[in-house]
Amino acid sequence: MYKYNDFDHAFVTSRNAQFREQVNRRISGALSEDEFKPLRLMNGLYLQLHAYMLRVAIPYGTLNSAQMRQLAMIADRWDKGYGHFTTRQNIQFNWPKLQDVPNILDALAEVEMHAIQTSGNTIRNVTADHFAGAAADEIADPRIYAELIRQWSTDHPEFQFLPRKFKVAVTGAKQDRAVIHAHDIGLQIVEQNGKPGMRIIIGGGLGRTPMIGKVIREFVAMDDILPYLESVVSVWNLLGRRDNKYKARIKITIHENGIDEFSRLVDERFALIRPSFQGFDQTLLSEISDAFDAPKFQRFDLSAFDKRYQGDPNFRSWVDTNISAHKQADYAIAAISLKSHGETPGDASSAQMRRIADLAKTYSHDELRISHEQNIVLPHVHKAHLPNIYDALRAIGLATANIGLISDIIACPGMDYCALATARSIPIAQDIATHFDALKLEHEIGPLKIKISGCINACGHHHVGHIGILGLDRAGVENYQITLGGDGTETPAIGERAGPGFCADEVIPAIERLIHFYMNERLAPSETFLECYRRLGLGPFKSALYETDQSKVRANAA
Amino acid sequence: MPRPNFDQIITANDLLEGDVVYFTAAATWSRDIQKAEVFSDEAIAQVRLIEAMAQTNIIVGAYLMPIQHTKDGHAPTHFREEFRTKGPSNYAHGKQEQTYV
Ligand code: HEM
Ligand code: SF4
Repeated sequence: MYKYNDFDHAFVTSRNAQFREQVNRRISGALSEDEFKPLRLMNGLYLQLHAYMLRVAIPYGTLNSAQMRQLAMIADRWDKGYGHFTTRQNIQFNWPKLQDVPNILDALAEVEMHAIQTSGNTIRNVTADHFAGAAADEIADPRIYAELIRQWSTDHPEFQFLPRKFKVAVTGAKQDRAVIHAHDIGLQIVEQNGKPGMRIIIGGGLGRTPMIGKVIREFVAMDDILPYLESVVSVWNLLGRRDNKYKARIKITIHENGIDEFSRLVDERFALIRPSFQGFDQTLLSEISDAFDAPKFQRFDLSAFDKRYQGDPNFRSWVDTNISAHKQADYAIAAISLKSHGETPGDASSAQMRRIADLAKTYSHDELRISHEQNIVLPHVHKAHLPNIYDALRAIGLATANIGLISDIIACPGMDYCALATARSIPIAQDIATHFDALKLEHEIGPLKIKISGCINACGHHHVGHIGILGLDRAGVENYQITLGGDGTETPAIGERAGPGFCADEVIPAIERLIHFYMNERLAPSETFLECYRRLGLGPFKSALYETDQSKVRANAA
Repeated sequence: MPRPNFDQIITANDLLEGDVVYFTAAATWSRDIQKAEVFSDEAIAQVRLIEAMAQTNIIVGAYLMPIQHTKDGHAPTHFREEFRTKGPSNYAHGKQEQTYV
């Protein structure tokens, strides 16, 4: 894992000291709220509905056990004993007090973490495939480049006052687990003539104007990556609209100017600045890549695993659902679902965090990942240890076998916490999970992604959910609009709006109608909801969704 | 804009704790919505809002919100404000932990 060098330590320490003084000046009255707000946002501190919220970056979603333990300590000492993991590989603490925040930041610095650039119009925390360094289908570990980009973008003097926020995601695999098409820049490591480089996707984003990113370059050589990124951000920095924050994101800049014109300007800028990158970034890159060397894999006897797998259907179901292929034979990637039926998606208690840290230390080469789907991943576990891991997880209520299924829901904090929300999202997620668990249907339904946002900002990714749910305020009542057919992977699509919204207690029956329709219509159990939707189109699903007379739906389906 | 039949109170978040507070007739802030001063007259409400907003060392983001009168005292008219009197629905945190509900 990457270790801070002297520069990193000095930088974070001085930023924390500055922020401590800024907090003191705010409390003494020397700074007004208008002056203080941009300063606190630069340090990840929001004011929400019921309290402050501190957003801490988990760069490219990677944590070690000491960091996870420190997060648990912070949750106990200064918060309410839990943390919320988000779709952008951050952790949010929902209850800090203003005067405690400088102490929290110092505690984070002790384990090489911070909250810088987790908010504001800057380049945000760089996210990566949560299977990075472990996935069987990976060309190279994307975290090496994510770390390079993190160093380049952190406190970059040219990019502290961008037109709007800027989000970068990197993947090293063909299968896109990092939602690169819904980021301002999405990077995919590819090879051309045996040489690694990057495919560059630009101008994706969700929010009120959702757009799928476009390929601006099929291949940029690795030693051109930083100057190329710098050119993109520079061009947008000048061209991006500052008159209207709803038109400021790069997706709109590209939409208004056209990708060809934008690309031409980037090339011009690139020609100008490329000579100033004289190889420093490449020296840095080789230092960084040493920090991401693969762990020393070991051999263990698999007979206990095989026996348990044959003999224990619950264990087997967990393995079949939550485990993914590792690049190393006999190893596995184990996802820990933070979606126990009825719990808040993405939340972990301090006790759970500590136990997960123990598991990482004992069984996963001291590594953890946070996924954009708000789950935790043990990236390098030997299959022989899966029974122990499963038992330990069961004891803390985290052995739910539902990764990728209907109850593995992304939900933003919504109006339970967020000051921008127009409706709640958490209770809807809890109800859906509990309902389909009670019916014992979720394994039969198969792969299905439901994503819920509590307002048009789309933090819950609802546009790329197979079923997306958007909470709105319709004349003072919570109302939920459904979109269908969204996809955040390498076959990206923005979901289509199905029609008028539903009030809260109509949402479950509405989802149930969709699910029944799909299960009746699918050609075989192997045809997923999304495949079925793509085959049939919006029309029939829409009829099912708005059809209240179930016998009619069945008759039509038959 | 005068709003007949629409009584209002002033609310904000506490600077240090971040939690929800209401402006009282004594120009202080209370965690209890029942302690809030009720304005029937829009002009008076606006004057009091300016006073409330001036207390920048105590609160953040003061604004007027409409209320309705119920048998248990005054209550918010909008669900967002109702949630602010309680706390989140997923845990018994916030005001519902104390006795303000
Ligand atoms: C205090 C809470 C939050 C606030 C104030 C907030 C604010 C916003 C806003 C204003 C946007 C729209 C940006 C635009 O369209 O230009 C947005 C988008 C987004 N936020 Fe949040 N957000 C919050 C919490 C979260 C959480 C908890 C997550 C992760 C679960 C998250 C992840 C995202 C993502 C993925 C997007 C859409 C992607 C995009 O930027 O286009 N946000 N957020
Ligand atoms: S989608 Fe809206 S409600 Fe949900 S976290 Fe984002 S800003 Fe808040």
